[in-house]
Amino acid sequence: MNGFFRVAWLVMRKDLRVESRSREMLFTTLFFAVSCVLVFSFSFVRGGQAVDGAAPGILWIAIAFSGTLALGRAFERERQHDALRGLMLAPVDRPAIYLGKLFGLLLLLAAVEAVVVVMVAFLFQAPLFRHGWMLLALLVLGTIGFASVGTLFSAMLVRTTSRAVLLPILLYPVTIPVLIMGVSGTAALVQPEPDLAMARLWITLLMFFDVVFLVLALWTFEPVMTE
Amino acid sequence: MNKRVFPVLAAVSLLVFVSAPIIIVRAPYESTMGLVQKIFYFHFPSWMAMFLSVFILGIASVFYLFRRTPAADRLAVSAAELAAIFGLMGLITGPLWGIKAWGVWWQWDARLTMAVILELILAAYLLLRQYGGAGSDRLAAGLGIFAMANVPFLYVSTEIWRTVHPRTSVVPTLPVDFGVPLWWSFGGFIVLCLALLSARSRLEEQRATLDRLYLALEED
Amino acid sequence: MAASETSDFEQVTVSDVSRSYGRRRALAHVSLTCSAGQIIGLLGPNGAGKSTLLGLLSTLTEPSGGKVRFGDRTARQAGAALRAQVGFLSHDLQLYPELSARENLEFFAGLYGLDNPADRVLKALTSAGLGDRADDVVEGFSRGMRQRLALERTLLHSPRLVLFDEPFTGLDEASSDALLGRLGDLRAARRIIVLATHDLDVVDGLLDRAVLLQRGRLRELGSEGTLRERYRATLAEGGDAGRVARLEASVAGASGPSREPRQ
Repeated sequence: MNGFFRVAWLVMRKDLRVESRSREMLFTTLFFAVSCVLVFSFSFVRGGQAVDGAAPGILWIAIAFSGTLALGRAFERERQHDALRGLMLAPVDRPAIYLGKLFGLLLLLAAVEAVVVVMVAFLFQAPLFRHGWMLLALLVLGTIGFASVGTLFSAMLVRTTSRAVLLPILLYPVTIPVLIMGVSGTAALVQPEPDLAMARLWITLLMFFDVVFLVLALWTFEPVMTE
Repeated sequence: MNKRVFPVLAAVSLLVFVSAPIIIVRAPYESTMGLVQKIFYFHFPSWMAMFLSVFILGIASVFYLFRRTPAADRLAVSAAELAAIFGLMGLITGPLWGIKAWGVWWQWDARLTMAVILELILAAYLLLRQYGGAGSDRLAAGLGIFAMANVPFLYVSTEIWRTVHPRTSVVPTLPVDFGVPLWWSFGGFIVLCLALLSARSRLEEQRATLDRLYLALEED
Repeated sequence: MAASETSDFEQVTVSDVSRSYGRRRALAHVSLTCSAGQIIGLLGPNGAGKSTLLGLLSTLTEPSGGKVRFGDRTARQAGAALRAQVGFLSHDLQLYPELSARENLEFFAGLYGLDNPADRVLKALTSAGLGDRADDVVEGFSRGMRQRLALERTLLHSPRLVLFDEPFTGLDEASSDALLGRLGDLRAARRIIVLATHDLDVVDGLLDRAVLLQRGRLRELGSEGTLRERYRATLAEGGDAGRVARLEASVAGASGPSREPRQ
């Protein structure tokens, strides 16, 4: 086994250390997310009044768009200097590498989401914090679902020349259920009369999605990555 | 194997499709939908053919990814293309029904939403195969597995999200007069789907043979 | 721990291996045996299949036909444990420029699950001559320094099979002399060394054996003269002129145009 989680931890720590030196992914992703929300607010806030029910969608679209940007960069870093080959040659369970990359990305996206949520709540007058814990659950589970598929796709496209275009093309259709669940769950929380039962249902569904796709990704990582 | 299966399947589907119009015409005239109801005999079977193809795509992808059977890869491409085509038929016949039933061409109801998303995933699969370069067959196999796994989630999430579409549960309860032509064309579509599948994967097989011959020629 | 359940081997046998990408054949029926204590030079023009062969030897690429055996096992049978016995220094150095020399080595020592990682890393830093720059980020290193660091990273887990892809490019004379010395030490330590290179004059005299890859085919180099002369002669033999001559001889008397396959 060679310590599956030890390897995942090493990879994640390495990624975070690299990121803490360059801060490239954090800053670019954050900037992109912020400009996303701002552009939406130019289009959907008129006379100080946000369009009805726009906030949940905008929140999740901003997360998905900026998440794609970060996912694309995550393996770009391994591709440069052929570092990926070094990782693949290491005598470790390769899915652990996947898991380490995923953990690193989740932390990065969490930082970005913290800013995006506050911005959306502020600019769209959405009562996002009314049921804060449930929103947190939706965000955590939704991000895991999105990033677990995205990390795998980003990894498998690393050797492809048109990876920058192909990543969103593959990622968005497959993760639409996550977006539907996230948006609907958030909408259930922020509508004038919150529907907590509905939100709980979406949270449960997201959990199922996460489990299934995380298992699938761990299972397919090795065969997809070998030539 | 393909060589012998194809003519049989093609003949059967031809037979079914030639006879289907007669059976459909003879079926009773549905009171609320009128003539448009007849679309159903094409609409429902084309979706079923699509689901069959997506299922085959998923299974074939698993086999290719873990066993590296080249035949599974050929089956997967063929199934993906067929799923896209049958899906397109469903997407075209759907609005024809919708304009009569709902008064609008398009509704973002659960089934339609799911259909469009599945079609998107299939398009993504085909794009990956086209532009993914060397090794895209393995990546496509990974995507194929994800596509199949996505079906239940799409189904459940769109179902809860919006619902206007008549439930599929009406199908078994249909009166016999409507049921017979429906199942007749259902059989026709499934057989046609399998016939096309065998023809298309045979084409891929020939291509692989051609590649092999090409390589052999290069040798000296 | 992967390092303890090693699947060590004394010999790598490539038998009748082909690798094709669609209609492009990168390797055609290549056979080669590499033994412990041997340095094998892989020569040939660009695009001849050298990198593909190194990829196959590194277990990362699977052959389309034929078998690569490490000892008596194939890569697929041996799995991760076998990878603990392989070191690969590719042309891109597989280092993270944002990390320091020490952090780069520590990361890989961790991945390989080595005992006494701190000692090993320290030793590696010293033999790379980077003892005083250990905590500087690699970004600021010269090509030579990076190369030395990457070499130590490749050897950190004392692999049996060591693969090099163009290790001499971009090195000054001192660095390449140091590398030559290091390669000699590895041979003495009974490692199996395969290196792909264009720097014929540098490796002349070092190689125990030289083979030529040309259009995916492998041939032994002749034995007359310097490495460069042997290389030229063998290359010409398999080059266009040589091929045409052989083809003409074989179709002599037969009518119709003889068809030269595409590049």
